[in-house]
Amino acid sequence: MWNLLQIELFKIFKKPRTYLAFAIIAAFIFLIQLGLLVNGKDWMKFMLGSLDETMTIDYSKLVNGYAVCFFVLNLLLVHVPILVALVAGDVVSGEASMGTLRLLAAKPVSRTQIILAKFFATAVYVFALLLWIAIISLVISIAVFGENDLVVAKTNGLQLIEANDVLWRYFCAFGFAFIAMMVVAAISLLLSVLSENSIGPIVATVGIIIVCTLISEMEIPLYQKYIKPYLFTTYMLGWKGFFYIGSTDDGDTIKGSIQYLPGILKSIAALLVYMLALVATSVFIFRKKDILS
Amino acid sequence: MSSIIKVNNLSKHFKEIKAVDDLSFSVEEGDVYGFLGQNGAGKSTTIRMLLTLIKPSAGEISIFNKNLSTHRSDILKQVGAVIEKPDLYKYLSAFDNLAIFAKMSGIKAERKLLMEQLKMVGLEERAGSKVKTFSQGMKQRLGIAVALVHNPQLIILDEPTNGLDPQGIADMRNLILHLSREMGKTIVVSSHLLSEIELVANRMLIIHKGKKIVEGNVAALLDPSKSLVQIETGDDNVARAKLLHTRWAALLQDNTRCLQFKMNKEEVPQLITDLVSIQVQVLSVNPMHSLEDYFLSLTTQAGYVESFAN
Repeated sequence: MWNLLQIELFKIFKKPRTYLAFAIIAAFIFLIQLGLLVNGKDWMKFMLGSLDETMTIDYSKLVNGYAVCFFVLNLLLVHVPILVALVAGDVVSGEASMGTLRLLAAKPVSRTQIILAKFFATAVYVFALLLWIAIISLVISIAVFGENDLVVAKTNGLQLIEANDVLWRYFCAFGFAFIAMMVVAAISLLLSVLSENSIGPIVATVGIIIVCTLISEMEIPLYQKYIKPYLFTTYMLGWKGFFYIGSTDDGDTIKGSIQYLPGILKSIAALLVYMLALVATSVFIFRKKDILS
Repeated sequence: MSSIIKVNNLSKHFKEIKAVDDLSFSVEEGDVYGFLGQNGAGKSTTIRMLLTLIKPSAGEISIFNKNLSTHRSDILKQVGAVIEKPDLYKYLSAFDNLAIFAKMSGIKAERKLLMEQLKMVGLEERAGSKVKTFSQGMKQRLGIAVALVHNPQLIILDEPTNGLDPQGIADMRNLILHLSREMGKTIVVSSHLLSEIELVANRMLIIHKGKKIVEGNVAALLDPSKSLVQIETGDDNVARAKLLHTRWAALLQDNTRCLQFKMNKEEVPQLITDLVSIQVQVLSVNPMHSLEDYFLSLTTQAGYVESFAN
C-alpha cells in the first residue's frame, strides 16, 4: 500500500496542473495582503461601521496578521473545493482517458488498493494545499502585519479574541477545513470512477457544490427542514465556529472556549460519515467495473 | 508441456451484445499463440478477461493451473501485457514510466535493471525524455519494456503492431521470436494482420463474432495437402453435374457458392485439363492456401473454414 501511495503521489506532483492551484492561491493571497497593506485601516473602518463613534479604536492594531488571515479564509475557503476537484476529479478518469488505467488494473494489486492509494494521495495533496494557504495567509501575514487581538464579526455584534488565544483556533480551523475538503475530494473521486474523461468529474463536483450551497442558503422552510440537514455543504463552513468564543452569563468572554462546540463536533461527524460513504461507494463501483478504456 | 492458459466456455455479454460466446481454448507452455479475428471479433474482450480488466459473464479461466478469479495477484505477477495502444504517462519520462510499472509489478525498480530494459528496446538514450515527445513506434517499444520489466513467464500482446511502420512491425516480429526462442516465454499475440501471425505463431485461434471458428497448429493449417482451390466457371451448376461421375467429385466441397476442391496443389493442372475436356468453361483458378486466405474467407463464406477444420 505504501508503495502504491508513493507512486500516486509521484504522479500527482509531477503533473503541472497540480501546481496551478498553488500558484492561484499564492497570487490571490498576495493581492489581498498588498491591498490591506496599503488600505488596511480604511477596510477595517468599513468593517466596523460606526462603532468608533461610541469607543476609541486603534485601527492600526486591528489590521494585524490574524485579521488578514481570517479575511483571506472567509474569501478563499469557499473556492478551494474547485482546486481540490481539479486534482481529485482526475485521479481515475484521467487515467481512463489517458489509457493507463488498464495497465494499472492489470497489475498484481487489488482494485481496492488502487482506489485507496489514490484517495490517500489526494488527501496528501489537500493537506499540502491547506498548508500552503496557512503558510501564506497566516505565517506571512503575521510576519508583515504583526500579531494582535482578533476582531470577529458575529450576527449579534463583534467580539474580540485576545492575541494569545487565536493561534490554536487557526490550527483547529485548518484541521476542520481539511476534513471538509476531503469530502469534496471523495465526491470527485466517486465521479472520477464513474467517468472516462477528466473534465466531467471536475465540472460535476463544482456543480454539486454550487447547487447544494444555494439550497443550504435558501430561506425556504421546505429546504431548511427536510433537505438542508442532509447536505454536506451545510457542515462545510463549520470552521468559523472555532472563532466564536464562549461567554459568561454576564457577557464576559471566556478565554480558550468555543461557543458551539457540540455543533462543530456534529459537523465533523457528519462530514466524516459523508467521506467514508463516498469512498466506500467508489471502491465498490471500481471493483465491479469493466475497464473498457 | 503443460497448459499455461486454459479457457473454458468463456462468455461476455454487454447488455444484449454477445462479445464473447462460449469460447474455449488452451495455450501450452512455450507457445507463440496467435489470436486472430477481425475488429470487433472479441479478441480484446477476451484478452481483457485474461487480465481481469473485464469480468466474464460465464466460464472459467485458469492460468498457470490456478483459477484466475481466486489467484489473481499470484497469476498477474507472472504476466506482462501490452493492451491495444501503448498508452503511458505522457508527462513522465520513459524511465519514470518504467519505474512506476516495475514497482506496481512488485519488483525493486533498480536503475541498472531499468536501463537494461530500456536498452533492450532501443530507448536507452531517451530514458530521460518525456513520453509525449515519443513517436508511436517508440511508445510501443516502451510499452514492451513495461510489459517485460518484471520478467514475466506469460506475455500477452494485444495488437502490438498497431500504428507501427514497416520497420517497427519487423522489429516487433523479431522481438516476439527472440522472446519465444531465446528466453522461452509463452506469448499470446492478437492481431488482424494475418501475415504477422503467420510469421511468428506456432498455434492459433480464429474467432468471429465472439465464437471460436478454429484452433490448431499453424503449420497443419497451412499444409499444402489441405489447400483449397477455388474455380470460377461459366456455369457452376452445369460444371457440378458434369463432374458428378469423375474422380474429382470426391474432392468437391459442398455448401459453397462456387466450386471448391480440397486437394493437393500439384493436381491442379490435371483438374483444369479434365474440366476443359468435359467442356466446362474455366474463367479463373484461385488456390487458397495462406493464412490470410483462410482468414479472409470468414467474411465471405463460413463453409470454407469448416472445410479446413474437418
